[in-house]
Amino acid sequence: MRLWAIQRVTAAVLALAVAAHLATILYAVRGGLSAAEILGRTRGAEGWLLFYAVFALAAGLHGAVGLRNVAAEWLGWRGLRWDATWLAIGALTAALGIRAAWGLYHA
Amino acid sequence: MKVRIQRDGGMAEYAVAARASQTVLDVVTEIQREQAPDLAYRFACRVGMCGSCAMEVNGVARWTCRTHVSRVVGADGVLELRPLANLPVIRDLVTDMAPFFEKWSRAGGQFVPKDGVVPAEFAVVPPASPQRREADAGIECIGCGVCYASCDIVSWNADYLGPAAMNRAWTLVNDERDGARAGRLRAVAGDAGCHSCHSTQGCTERCPKGLDPSGAIAGLKRTIFWGLA
Ligand code: SF4
Ligand code: SF4
Ligand code: FES
Repeated sequence: MRLWAIQRVTAAVLALAVAAHLATILYAVRGGLSAAEILGRTRGAEGWLLFYAVFALAAGLHGAVGLRNVAAEWLGWRGLRWDATWLAIGALTAALGIRAAWGLYHA
Repeated sequence: MKVRIQRDGGMAEYAVAARASQTVLDVVTEIQREQAPDLAYRFACRVGMCGSCAMEVNGVARWTCRTHVSRVVGADGVLELRPLANLPVIRDLVTDMAPFFEKWSRAGGQFVPKDGVVPAEFAVVPPASPQRREADAGIECIGCGVCYASCDIVSWNADYLGPAAMNRAWTLVNDERDGARAGRLRAVAGDAGCHSCHSTQGCTERCPKGLDPSGAIAGLKRTIFWGLA
């Protein structure tokens, strides 16, 4: 149940976050922002840091629960050891994402 | 018409005359009476009440006593019959329904009166109340197992409770006379329960009684989400 709730809530967060993320990319590319200009906007911007931290966390959790379900249903991979594997992959995804956001903030 | 039946020794083929208003069960009965007396199959009421005659008819689970051959026979004029999917086969077209009903009890399928005693007076449950309507919508299940045989999740996870058991649980969750609500909601939660349902509605599509187990399971998910989260 908790996993299910996590999956639905992160899906809702991701739907908004992915849209915002894509819109940002389109804006940056079409507006012809340079790397320096982008960094100028993200450096020290708590809003962007928070946004991407939440985004990465949601993506990590959503991915972990999703992999767990797909593996259990299609491959029959079940059990605590697999759960730990998916959790580790999710945590790694989230950590890398947050690390990247922190890099932009701190650059 | 050509009839292929999955039997213990493999696929067997029979020829049966096509008749007007012939049901699939009529065909099986004719084969057993006149060509293969050792063919095992199951039926009782012949009028869509008992739920014992379900089989896979040309790949789709159906109640055979209420299924006209003319509606389901293939373009090639062949009728192919197999035992219900997702259940152990006892012999020929007869499956062991024990796992199916065992899951009903695991899903809390028994009515438990509040305070453990059935009150002396009849309970008055207004027919128009929303809860009563939800319960009424699912109550006509005949336990045929068609939905269970049509659900992918059952085939992927042997522990999955399945649509019929959870449809039953949902009628009881909506029964205001029932006293075992919390335990039942716990029993239908998690990987073996409602949270594994993909809402593909195969069960709802196939249910010969026109019930909506998929909707019942969605109701369980909603109730658990807002109630116990
Ligand atoms: S809606 Fe759920 S219970 Fe019904 S067939 Fe699909 S997965 Fe199975
Ligand atoms: S819900 Fe419908 S298909 Fe499933 S067992 Fe009951 S009557 Fe049969
Ligand atoms: S024989 Fe009873 S439902 Fe078909």
